[in-house]
Amino acid sequence: MSLAFWLVQTLNALALGGLLFLLSAGFSLIFGLMRIANLTHGAYFMLGAYVGLSVLDASWGFFAAVLLGSLAIAVFGAAVQRFILARLGDRVLAQVLVTLGLSFIIADLCLMLWTGDPMQLAAPAVLSRPIEFYGYVFPGYRVFVVAVSLLVAVLLWFLIERTRLGAMVRAAVDDMEMARGMGIRAPRLFTIVFCLGCALAGMGGVLGGPILSVYPGLDAEMLPLALVVVILGGIGSLLGAFIGSFVTGFIYTFGQALLPDFAYVILFLPMIIILMFRPEGLFGEKSG
Amino acid sequence: MITRRTVTICLAATAGATVLPRRNAVSQSGPIRIGFLTVASGALAAGGRQLDEGIKLFLKERNNTIAGRPVEIIFADTAGQPANTRTKTQELVERNKVHVILGPLAAFEALAINDYIQQNETPIVSDSAAAEDLTQRKLNPWFIRVVPTSAQTTHPTAHYAATVLKHRRIATIADDFAFGHEHTAGFQRVFEDNGGKIVQKLWPPLNVADYGSYIAQIKRDVDAIYAGFAGANGLRFLKQYGEYGLAGRLPVYGQMTTVDEGILKNMDNYALGVISGGWYSAAIDTPTNKKFVESVRRDYNADPGYYTTGAYLGGMAVEAAAKAVNGNVEDKKAFMAALRKTNIADTPAGPLKIDEYGNPIFNVYIRKVERKDGRLVNSVIHTYPNVSQFWSYDPKAFLANPVYSRDFPPAKNLE
Repeated sequence: MSLAFWLVQTLNALALGGLLFLLSAGFSLIFGLMRIANLTHGAYFMLGAYVGLSVLDASWGFFAAVLLGSLAIAVFGAAVQRFILARLGDRVLAQVLVTLGLSFIIADLCLMLWTGDPMQLAAPAVLSRPIEFYGYVFPGYRVFVVAVSLLVAVLLWFLIERTRLGAMVRAAVDDMEMARGMGIRAPRLFTIVFCLGCALAGMGGVLGGPILSVYPGLDAEMLPLALVVVILGGIGSLLGAFIGSFVTGFIYTFGQALLPDFAYVILFLPMIIILMFRPEGLFGEKSG
Repeated sequence: MITRRTVTICLAATAGATVLPRRNAVSQSGPIRIGFLTVASGALAAGGRQLDEGIKLFLKERNNTIAGRPVEIIFADTAGQPANTRTKTQELVERNKVHVILGPLAAFEALAINDYIQQNETPIVSDSAAAEDLTQRKLNPWFIRVVPTSAQTTHPTAHYAATVLKHRRIATIADDFAFGHEHTAGFQRVFEDNGGKIVQKLWPPLNVADYGSYIAQIKRDVDAIYAGFAGANGLRFLKQYGEYGLAGRLPVYGQMTTVDEGILKNMDNYALGVISGGWYSAAIDTPTNKKFVESVRRDYNADPGYYTTGAYLGGMAVEAAAKAVNGNVEDKKAFMAALRKTNIADTPAGPLKIDEYGNPIFNVYIRKVERKDGRLVNSVIHTYPNVSQFWSYDPKAFLANPVYSRDFPPAKNLE
């Protein structure tokens, strides 16, 4: 294997990890805070990509697509949380069914609105050029995706670790009863975090579009990856989602290249092994 | 994902049961009833929509009448699930009493209903399923198809690569499922029989999230690659191939579906130059095809591709056979015999003749993606006339071999 192979695969792994982080950071926070396994998350990712596609078609530019894609999903997600999920309280099975059902509805809606044709979401030409570096060719857009996801990670870290809102979120994840006792308004917090998580998924969809393309079934392909990341990294932990995403990106990319016969199970084997020795995930809190 | 599929099946089944009209009376003067298996939901829905467009255009052009009888067409959504396809087929046969079935879309669907069709002796004309053995080692007297086998178009593509463009070393990358295994095997066999070497074979899973890790593995010292993809994957792969700066540098041969007109319209310059063998191209320069392409553009604002044309040809085969039995499609044996003798000189895809195995003998067009009048098209650069599913091999010897697969013929030149 040549050096170019290792370099390019590393970039692939980082780019995939970055996308997975955008997808699963919100998923993990929502799970940690509200105990909702939001099975609509893959569909939000896809819907974000489709919204971005329409914004691009209207020639408003790629950055408007990223912005509006995130915003649209944030609003949509907030409405879902406020008017549907909030009413279900702690009924886990009902939540799972509702979020799963919603993902079907969104998938069919996308089929109606954007036909089933696979579409390409074009990144700006400046970003999508291959970059030549000492004779090695790197896909430029992936470098951009890695940079953006790192930036988002830093901003999120700041939000959660250094702001009042973040402190409230952390408190509520650790001990909801106590947090309520301290006067934290849980319903509002829930909506904010859900909204944020959805915005990140939508953003991931638009940013991922130029790499993954947009097509029916994208939702069902992304959701298991988010689950793997969250189970690996631990529920409700931002650091866990971050590390989990990049570990998953590396296992997925290098696993498929080095152990092609295991392409189908490559993601799940390490997950099972980690769960055997650390059921709470790499960075999850042991919970009772 | 299992849950998702199961739920989809249940939903689709209930929906279909309420939508399909009930028909009891069977009379010779009534309409010819065609059951149309299609896919309206799930990941294969784009192909299903194009199938619908093909048959709708066909019927519209004939004022909904063939062989002097009105046509009643019953659409059934299989959701691309084999179990569901079987249920739908059963409904079409037993409740709707259809005279002939067109469809289904996917090969695994066709295999799922093969036994049932045989038991119930219902003529079926497949307009899309390419699985080799349906017209080779698992013959069904009630089955014909108007699209070729998986490898029927890749045999000539490989011949063209080896003898005309004289490429010697090729790496293959294709979807890891039966269709991908079959057309890649056919490409490999003819390419190696003509002096070429397949030096690398890559099999990304059908639903792989990212082709990046596979593209990075492609050997850079090959003359060209063969990229065999179906559905959305052709677009996804070629786009990423361009992203890595390989488009235009390392030539690409494709399966027809890699650059099908149905997805070509959403591709960009990175697809330029891809060479593929197809039984059809929207760019075929005959009056019949020009008229067909104009109609499809007018009605659906798109170029016809694999599915649209497949369904249209399915309609043509049914029409020709119905005419041959003077509209008496109730005589199933005679109708089926006429279907098996389909021989139409002038279709949009060129001449269409069904061989003794129920598989079409077609012209195979070597096509190259070019930009004309602002849109990407599959320009025809060479034509192999009257290609059979056995290529230049003796049918008996061909059938004595195992069916094409991931391991057959064995790859002896991997490096």
